[in-house]
Amino acid sequence: MSSIKDKEKQTKPAVSRRGFLGGASVGGGLLATSLAVQEADAQAAGKLSGLGEVAITLNINGKPTNLAVEPRVTLLDALRHKLDLTGAKRVCDRGTCGACTIMVNGKTVYGCSVLAIDAVGKQIATIESLGGPGKLHPVSAAFVKHDAQQCGYCTPGFVMAAKAFLDKNPNPTREQVQKGLSGNICRCGTYVGMREAVLEASRSMRNA
Amino acid sequence: MQNFEYANPTTLNDALGLLGSAWGEADVLAGGTDLLSLMKEYIHSPKRVVNIKNIKELGGISKVGSGLRIGATVTLDELSSNAMVKQMYPSLAQAAMEVSSPQLRNMGTVGGDLCQRPRCWYFRGGSGLLGQDESGKSLVATGENKYHAIFGSGPAWFVSASSFGPALIALGAKVTLQSASGKREIPVSEFFVSPKSNGEREIALKPNEILTQIVIPAAGKNANYEVRHREAVDWPLTAAAVNLTMAGNVVKSATVVMGHVAATPWRASQAEQMLTGKTINVELADKAGEAAVANATPLSGNSYKVQLAKVAVKRAILRAAGIAI
Repeated sequence: MSSIKDKEKQTKPAVSRRGFLGGASVGGGLLATSLAVQEADAQAAGKLSGLGEVAITLNINGKPTNLAVEPRVTLLDALRHKLDLTGAKRVCDRGTCGACTIMVNGKTVYGCSVLAIDAVGKQIATIESLGGPGKLHPVSAAFVKHDAQQCGYCTPGFVMAAKAFLDKNPNPTREQVQKGLSGNICRCGTYVGMREAVLEASRSMRNA
Repeated sequence: MQNFEYANPTTLNDALGLLGSAWGEADVLAGGTDLLSLMKEYIHSPKRVVNIKNIKELGGISKVGSGLRIGATVTLDELSSNAMVKQMYPSLAQAAMEVSSPQLRNMGTVGGDLCQRPRCWYFRGGSGLLGQDESGKSLVATGENKYHAIFGSGPAWFVSASSFGPALIALGAKVTLQSASGKREIPVSEFFVSPKSNGEREIALKPNEILTQIVIPAAGKNANYEVRHREAVDWPLTAAAVNLTMAGNVVKSATVVMGHVAATPWRASQAEQMLTGKTINVELADKAGEAAVANATPLSGNSYKVQLAKVAVKRAILRAAGIAI
């Protein structure tokens, strides 16, 4: 019986990891035109896209971004490998840990369980949209203040889940915070700090 | 994941024309929470994936007579926040909220919940739907079976993973299955089947069909109760759904269905008989729970589930009757 690893080998594209990562730093538009891309409109009714790469435009953090993906590429892998947006993390890759949490049309989803081609025409928001050093989002700032992480690998997913939760529940109880973050897992177990951080962020966002 | 060709039709007719006549030719994509994992594990390697989320007629919740029609692509989030669902079918809203990851509720659909594949680790590990070794011997019966069936006579020992199956059966709901040549409407109780061979499926859906909608008649007092190991990102160990038609304080008729105890949702007719003609109290609910599991046949490592199923039935009855658990 062949293992999953053997099958991965059979279906691996003829591009080395080094070359693949090199390509990721190239601008999305350039990438799309420099590759032999199958002309297909992913939104066209009844039309078939693939098996090869398909040129698509994704609206990411308010900007239309051109890229080329095979239909099997997940939104998470497209963000990380094609567009160098590595904030969303690939951990379980099976929709059970939350490290890849991003927002699509204002709702949190697991980026590992959405096909990139299925996100055409939707508003995608990643952790990179929440500001950086010097201008942290209130949720990120509260995570820092309350030491709400240890290894930090789950943090971007938790911050996105917390932001989406607070958008819907601006004045939550501690129990509601607990339920609201139940789609994410922290293996270091920093849940106490995270709950404090989310409650503080809710106060600072209401007073802003 | 094997590569595939992708279709994004906007009409049901286009989508039906893109399906295959045998499993493996095409898979239907809705929420993707199960299908993508199945493809990553090479349990499903369809040649074509047909996205049905952009077909308007498959969405929406609307009144039909004194009941509701729920479109297949309605998400768990839409279902659990819908005022009519909460008022008429609290069992469904409760089951949706028990899928306690907000991300899964935002993505997952009602149709997808009914069509998701079993979580049995032998199936997910590539040993076929029945979880057998090369000689056809059940790996479940002789192996790790703590999350497997406590009812049924085999050869399928996985448990149905559906969160809504038990409640929909208790409510007397029907599903519509449509193919290019027509549609059929069947009770949800007939949608789930216990397969006899690895080539069969655990649901009545055919490869050329799409589950388009669920129609639920007016209901009595209904409730759902799940027992879980972890509160989040996990499937329940056991569940029960109850629908009570009342005449004043007396139960005129009852439907009690257990979940995650067999290859299909499992009707507890002994418990139903016990409730009929009586007034619900804690003692009666307890007895009904006992009756529900009286004929359980647990495997080597899951007799603990018998007690959990009993408690799920008891608490679902009390919750439906509005008695504090």
